[in-house]
Amino acid sequence: MTKLSSLISGIVFGLGLTISGMVNPEKVLGFLNIFNAWDPSLMLVMIGAILIFSPLHFIFKTKSRPIFAKNFVVFKNKNIDKNLIFGAIMFGAGWGLAGLCPGPAISAISFFNTDVYLFVLFMFVGFYLGNLFKTKNN
Amino acid sequence: MNIINFTPVSAFVGGSLIGFAAFLFFVFNGRIAGVSSIASDSIIKNENRFENILFLSGLIIGPVIYSLSGKDIESVLTNSFPLLIAGGLLVGFGTKIGNGCTSGHGVCGISRFSIRSIVATIAFLTTGVMTVLIFEI
Repeated sequence: MTKLSSLISGIVFGLGLTISGMVNPEKVLGFLNIFNAWDPSLMLVMIGAILIFSPLHFIFKTKSRPIFAKNFVVFKNKNIDKNLIFGAIMFGAGWGLAGLCPGPAISAISFFNTDVYLFVLFMFVGFYLGNLFKTKNN
Repeated sequence: MNIINFTPVSAFVGGSLIGFAAFLFFVFNGRIAGVSSIASDSIIKNENRFENILFLSGLIIGPVIYSLSGKDIESVLTNSFPLLIAGGLLVGFGTKIGNGCTSGHGVCGISRFSIRSIVATIAFLTTGVMTVLIFEI
């Protein structure tokens, strides 16, 4: 059953990315272009998502376990470390270069655009290299 | 600064759906819908591999279902190959070592009031804006 709920969550997420316009790199770059011609839309995407997820998550977090899985994932790391900061800085730079972050990049696979495939391919290379870097440094 | 192309309603509705999807994944699977982690785990970890691949498939199916309603989806990507490659590498490497992206830190982390995620979101928004500023000049 966790497989079915994964697929459905992904579909709803993908619909949200499409309706909000996040699958359009041009719109994302318009949002990051604060100092020239700014498109504030994506701020409302974040606000909408947080307004729904935050309260519902706090309500259901108190349950002993999720509906299908055995337990809730717990985050133990509370440190603001170098990896967090440098990782976020690099991610932001890549996001600003192409206008794609991981979710929209994967949703955009459905548009049969070879430029998207190139980006996604190198994003996965980046995941692999990042993982090598992390395991070497720990 | 002038404001252009502002689409508040579709942005808010789409954002709410993203939040609802994250809620479904949390309440059924007990997991956080951070796409960079789901995508990188799908090639690195055996645990939950099939679930991760199904979630990613759902992300691809979402726009297909939307286009069945007859509406066009706008998606314009105009970068040169070197920029796409650099962008992909930076997004992949950065989200892997920083443990999250716009969804994991920006939506789910902020929703959980995680200090790590708030710091990460400020950092990636800042460098995103700076990168666009540099390339616009």
